[in-house]
Amino acid sequence: MNWQAVWAIYTYEMRRFIRTFAQSFLSPVLSTSLYFVVFGTAIGSRIDQVEGVSYGAFIVPGLIMLSVMTQGISNASFGIYFPKFIGTIYELLSAPVNFLEIVLGYVGAAATKALFIGLVILGTASLFVDLTVMHPGAMLAFLLLTCLSFALFGFIIGIWAQNFEQLQLIPLLVVTPLVFLGGAFYSISMLPPAWQTVTYFNPVVYLISGFRWAFFGAADVPVGISLMAICGFLALCLLVIGWIFRTGYRIKP
Amino acid sequence: MPAIVETRGLTKVYEDGTEALKPLDLSIEEGEILALLGPNGAGKTTLISMLCGLVSPSGGQALVGGHDIVASYRQARRMIGLVPQEIALEPFQKVWDSVRFTRGLFGLKRDDAHLEAVLRQLSLWDKRNNRVVELSGGMKRRVLIAKALSHRPRVLFLDEPTAGVDVDLRRDMWEMVEELRRDGVTIILTTHYIEEAEAIADRVGVISKGELLLIEEKDALMVRMGRKTLRIDLRAPVRAVPDGLARYDLELAADGESLSYHYDTMGEGTGITALLQDLAREGLALRDIHTRQSSLEEIFVDLVKGEAQ
Ligand SMILES: Nc1ncnc2c1ncn2[C@@H]1O[C@H](COP(=O)(O)OP(=O)(O)O)[C@@H](O)[C@H]1O
Ligand SMILES: [Mg+2]
Repeated sequence: MNWQAVWAIYTYEMRRFIRTFAQSFLSPVLSTSLYFVVFGTAIGSRIDQVEGVSYGAFIVPGLIMLSVMTQGISNASFGIYFPKFIGTIYELLSAPVNFLEIVLGYVGAAATKALFIGLVILGTASLFVDLTVMHPGAMLAFLLLTCLSFALFGFIIGIWAQNFEQLQLIPLLVVTPLVFLGGAFYSISMLPPAWQTVTYFNPVVYLISGFRWAFFGAADVPVGISLMAICGFLALCLLVIGWIFRTGYRIKP
Repeated sequence: MPAIVETRGLTKVYEDGTEALKPLDLSIEEGEILALLGPNGAGKTTLISMLCGLVSPSGGQALVGGHDIVASYRQARRMIGLVPQEIALEPFQKVWDSVRFTRGLFGLKRDDAHLEAVLRQLSLWDKRNNRVVELSGGMKRRVLIAKALSHRPRVLFLDEPTAGVDVDLRRDMWEMVEELRRDGVTIILTTHYIEEAEAIADRVGVISKGELLLIEEKDALMVRMGRKTLRIDLRAPVRAVPDGLARYDLELAADGESLSYHYDTMGEGTGITALLQDLAREGLALRDIHTRQSSLEEIFVDLVKGEAQ
């Protein structure tokens, strides 16, 4: 393993994040606060409790997941798309590094940023509502797995995308709707039965449900299934990345 | 001398069917400077890209320093520095960070002294804290070179390094090539500028339409292919080539004061003796004679023209 190269890529990616640290830090703080003002106060005053938890607390796991997923995807996809776009990918391809090292560098950095933002949101949220995390270990594990798998997914999108529109397309048209419809702000049991069935085809439901279980001990689906869903998604991303590596898809003619 | 770069039947057909490089057998000796000449689209960049790992070969094999470029890509690539044809740099990165980044990718520890020496040699030291966007085109190209030298490569590929650069940079580049040659670095450069190949290369290869038409010692090439021109300055101008000299295919200068005669040093006889005798017989008095060897450029144009027919 060429760890020096992994580190070079990782620190290069993190540097961009650190350069805009104030922005990276303030924007999740601000958006979380806004969510609490709008959802927690305006709507939450009409809904007291969901599954035995105050509505304000109930939306916290979904809020974190929403940001972690979108941040993981956008950071990793942009991270690898940019060198393709400006041509500096030649450096990665002509260096004595393998694809695993490249992935570790970019995905590691994207996952770190997503994790950081997730924790900032958690911290901000705890200023607004009383939060006790029932299963902290499981909470961290879900958070880490989500950061990692969505950063991998973002990496795949970055390799696949041939222009900026395509880069935005999947996060905008697929991921954001799936997260919003995945029970981020409501319990699945609040939906009419027909919609509940539809919802179970949305993979994000399992992630948010599992994550929420780690907080409150209650979930829409059994936590074991949630864990399997996130691990399955991770494995799928790894498979696709392995295939990209073997074929040089869209990076090596 | 052992070959440091060797290809056996190396070939590339792109997905769209373009046969960019026909099966190529090439052996480059350690420490030599090889110039690859060829028109646009000849396949020069494709060849370099395959050797450096940017393009997958469609067939054949290549070794760098004895290491297979596919099976032992790490060992092979560690020996290689690449200066690509197109300027590709992260615009907001500082020069120093950019050079360090490349060194890191090659798995090497920090060596600020070496990087400083490289930047100084390329007149980039004063710019080390500048962002790439703030640099001129020539300076950016220097940064590319500095990056390629950051890990002390044994083989340096320069893909059209002087295309569109100013005189200063070209001179610096040639100096740098000289210095690297002294350290025993093998250099493979592609160029459109014949004068460049003529000035710095030991061997010259000519590529056209994916095929290596020839590869030869530069000096031998110039002698072998070299047509020479004999120019005869006359004491008194003439209006036309005298009839008695018609069989020599002479060119009369516009002012009528000199005649040019082309001959081949490799031919059976040059015809010079007979020509001079016939000139005397025609009563032409000579003021001076010069001979001139044709440049690589002329050879090159001839070759590529011959190929086109
Ligand atoms: N990625 C690619 N896909 C398809 N064809 C390509 C690609 N890159 C180069 N070519 C084609 O291969 C041929 C050789 O190109 P190149 O190696 O760039 O030549 P040179 O560097 O000598 O100008 C050209 O016909 C070019 O159009
Ligand atoms: Mg080229």
